[in-house]
Amino acid sequence: MKRTRIGVILSLALFLGAAIAGQAADVTITYWQYFYQSKVDLMSDLIQQFEARNPGIHVEQVTFPYESYQQKVAAAVPAGEGPDVINLYYGWLPLWVKSGYLQALPQSAFSTARLAKTFYPFVAQSVSFGGKNYSVPTAVRTLALIYNKRLFREAGLDPNVPPRTLEELLADAKKLSKYDAQGNLVQSGLLMQPSGQGHVWIREVLFRQFGATPYSADGRTVTYDSPAGIHAFQWYTDRITKDKVGYPNFSTDDVTAFTAQKAAMNIDGSFRIATLNAVKNLEWGAAELPTYKGIKSNFASFWTNAIVSGISGAKLDAAVKFLAFLTSPEVQDQWLRKVGELPATPSLSERYQNDPVIRVFLKGLAYAHATSYVDEAGQRAILDDAVDEVNLKRTDPAAALDAAAAKEQKLINDFWKQGNE
Amino acid sequence: MAATKGRTPAVAPAYVVLSLLSVVMLFPFLWMLLSSLKDATQIYQMTLFPANPTLDNYVSIFLSRNSRFPQWFLNSAIVGVATTVSVLFFDSLVGYTLAKFRFPGKRIIFLLIISTLMIPTEMLVIPWYALARALKWVNSYWGIMFPGMISAFGVFLMRQFMATMPDELIDAARVDGKRELPIFFAVVLPLVTPALAILAIFNFIGNWNAFLWPLIAVATPRMFTLPVGLANFSGEAGANWQAIMTGATVSMLPLVIVFLIFQKQIVKGIALSGLKG
Amino acid sequence: MTFAARRAAIAYAFLGIPLVFFVGVRFAPMLYMIAMSFTDWGLLRKTVHVVGLANFASIFADPVFLKSLVNTAKYAVLGTPTVIVLSLCIALILDRVPRGKGVYRLLYVLPYITPVVAVAWVWRWMFQSPPLGIINAVFVSVGLRAHEFLNSATQALPSILAVNVWIELGYCTIVFLAGMQTIPSSIMEAARMDGASGWQLLRRITLPLLLPVTLLLVVVEGIQFLRIFTQVYNLSYQALGGPLDSTKSATLYIYQKAFTNFDMGVAASASLVLFAIILAVTLVQLKLFDRRLNY
Repeated sequence: MKRTRIGVILSLALFLGAAIAGQAADVTITYWQYFYQSKVDLMSDLIQQFEARNPGIHVEQVTFPYESYQQKVAAAVPAGEGPDVINLYYGWLPLWVKSGYLQALPQSAFSTARLAKTFYPFVAQSVSFGGKNYSVPTAVRTLALIYNKRLFREAGLDPNVPPRTLEELLADAKKLSKYDAQGNLVQSGLLMQPSGQGHVWIREVLFRQFGATPYSADGRTVTYDSPAGIHAFQWYTDRITKDKVGYPNFSTDDVTAFTAQKAAMNIDGSFRIATLNAVKNLEWGAAELPTYKGIKSNFASFWTNAIVSGISGAKLDAAVKFLAFLTSPEVQDQWLRKVGELPATPSLSERYQNDPVIRVFLKGLAYAHATSYVDEAGQRAILDDAVDEVNLKRTDPAAALDAAAAKEQKLINDFWKQGNE
Repeated sequence: MAATKGRTPAVAPAYVVLSLLSVVMLFPFLWMLLSSLKDATQIYQMTLFPANPTLDNYVSIFLSRNSRFPQWFLNSAIVGVATTVSVLFFDSLVGYTLAKFRFPGKRIIFLLIISTLMIPTEMLVIPWYALARALKWVNSYWGIMFPGMISAFGVFLMRQFMATMPDELIDAARVDGKRELPIFFAVVLPLVTPALAILAIFNFIGNWNAFLWPLIAVATPRMFTLPVGLANFSGEAGANWQAIMTGATVSMLPLVIVFLIFQKQIVKGIALSGLKG
Repeated sequence: MTFAARRAAIAYAFLGIPLVFFVGVRFAPMLYMIAMSFTDWGLLRKTVHVVGLANFASIFADPVFLKSLVNTAKYAVLGTPTVIVLSLCIALILDRVPRGKGVYRLLYVLPYITPVVAVAWVWRWMFQSPPLGIINAVFVSVGLRAHEFLNSATQALPSILAVNVWIELGYCTIVFLAGMQTIPSSIMEAARMDGASGWQLLRRITLPLLLPVTLLLVVVEGIQFLRIFTQVYNLSYQALGGPLDSTKSATLYIYQKAFTNFDMGVAASASLVLFAIILAVTLVQLKLFDRRLNY
């Protein structure tokens, strides 16, 4: 009797000891990202893979709707209720770094030299502030012209020959637009959604193609309100007001319209690939952005991962490991296949040169520009409002663009002024 | 009733107007329900009835891997029930005290409580948020519930009811040596059950439908209440209209059930709120 | 202790927690809010300073705030009379029909008890432009032109207003009906025997006797329109109060200042302005009606 009791106590002690020892090594880090179905699903799988390789580290994924993502972060992080690792749009980096939400990545794991070797130049430049690097991405995105092949056929156009120039784009858009008996647009030839990717198409592509430069080299001066810029802006708004091939919020928004097959063409990003592939009966293709006067341009952007400031010790180690995992080649590859965003490491794109859709987006990276935002949402709203002014209030495009430039300049000035307090 | 008979103009036109109005009032709900039965292709076609009605949307909203809808439903239920219980207890207790007890400062306290009705919630959400952050209540059930635990309107309602209550039963219980709180539960509350019913129904409805404060008080989608979750169905990846319509239908169901069961109380409660002035 | 003292003690005991609640949840926050409006408190800043009237100056210099005040005034000035007059007419009609009152009453109040978020999204779905919106589909099929509704800088506000009228109609109708039922039928009979026509009955007896109820509804609905938030949030694209700020109510402006820009001090000052407006409007209404009630 006595022996069995001792035996029980000993085994209990061993069990508890093992449990406690196990606990001591266990670290849980939280990872926040915004809610996008394909990304969330893939991340759940990736986390399982990471945890299998790193026993003792647990990652908890929390997601927020896109609209409220920044607010939640701004509310939680300063109060110490934020995550350990966080996913953010590169355009928010200046604000978040300045507000002290993020800590610089350890040079040992993510040195500047290493970043320059691993990622695209526009990535390495955008994540560096004051000589320190603050985040690393898994994937990057560019824009392409996406189009509905079935609607092309119905309009008598060859679905394998999408438009290559702006002139061809306009001609096709007119053929692809359908109206009801009253003249209301019921099928949009070319979606016009500035609050989607429309504003970046204007900002980094159309402006440049018409001969204007959107911003100064340091990003602190707005330079698009030149005659060339106005010409570009008016080209965009004329499609809405004169040709009526599309208008903002047609069919709720551009993504809804395209997936509902009420639209033939849209300018959208590579992150949409998985979403579109999931839609039943949607035959779609991608083409390089139309050129103008032989000029090609594209807009590249990326969501990137960073470590929240204040994280240290075992959590910091786990976070660094997680970041290294997220930027590893195999994860970038999975990301491309399951989400559609392009690998942030140039060399990894080689094997996709033959995929008809991915190849198109990859080509865009070669001549892409990334805007140095200070407040992406605010700057987007300014251009969006400018288009609304022209479309809804019949404001002269030149006047609308000048007003937008002034507003944006003020926004940028206020941002840098505050930083010097 | 002030109904006029006989020499009034024909009643038929009145019925026509009333029925037309009913259509206007009800059609949106019908459209919502019909839309929820359409799948992704049918919903974008302009037909009234779905060619192939399907319950897929309902299945997806409740059972799909990433859907937090059941959680939101639960959150709304928890918040609704908890606040209603609290309101029933505290509002009737305060109403009873103000109606049946004599003590210095009674008038001032009553006016104080009623005057809080003048302060709109929209003004208070910012300090509430500051308070919730300071006390770490953000993103918890308590954080969503705390402003609604006691309602000044309910106090007013209960006081009115209790004022008309006869004192004999209470006095008899006191003479019997019963303590005050047991008297409240055993004698007072049973006498005002109609008022309690109205208070409970309106409080539950109000809480179920609350939007501004829950929107602010929660930080992660896991803690959304149903209205907040519904508002977040549309986002960067377009508007999933069939899911939105399905979510809207489900979010109404408990209230429609409450409504059908407690019709009389609801109408009476609204009428009362109007006549108190 | 005397009987009375003991009773008083028990009363205070019962009132203890509720009073702490009302002070903590209603009064103290209000005072805190007034104090905050004179500071630059914000979630993105680490320190707080007193800035005097700077917040008030900045909001009154902000064209978006001024626009939101104009919008709020439009909501209230256009919405309140609409819903009052409509519901009064319906109540009068409903009062006359011999049967079915109860059923109609229930049908009309359904929008009022359902979640505003849900009905807002249903209306948003119905208001879509061709080819998705059912209202426009009906318009086009009967030869009317399609409207932009929520996509138009001029139609969006009236559209949201219409939705709110639709929501409040049932509530007001029931209140009016209840008020009508307190009018003693003896008065009506006496007047009719004196030869009064239906129209005269309405003007001389029904309406004046309904004045207290009408006043109450004007005040309640006026406040409701002045505070409008959920409908605007859910009926405008990305909850921005657009297009071009044409639907932004004062409350939405406050919400954005507080929870998008994290300028709590500025948001507090805007809240104070809104509260002052609501208070002033209510007091004016009470005064005006008071005079008429006691003539």
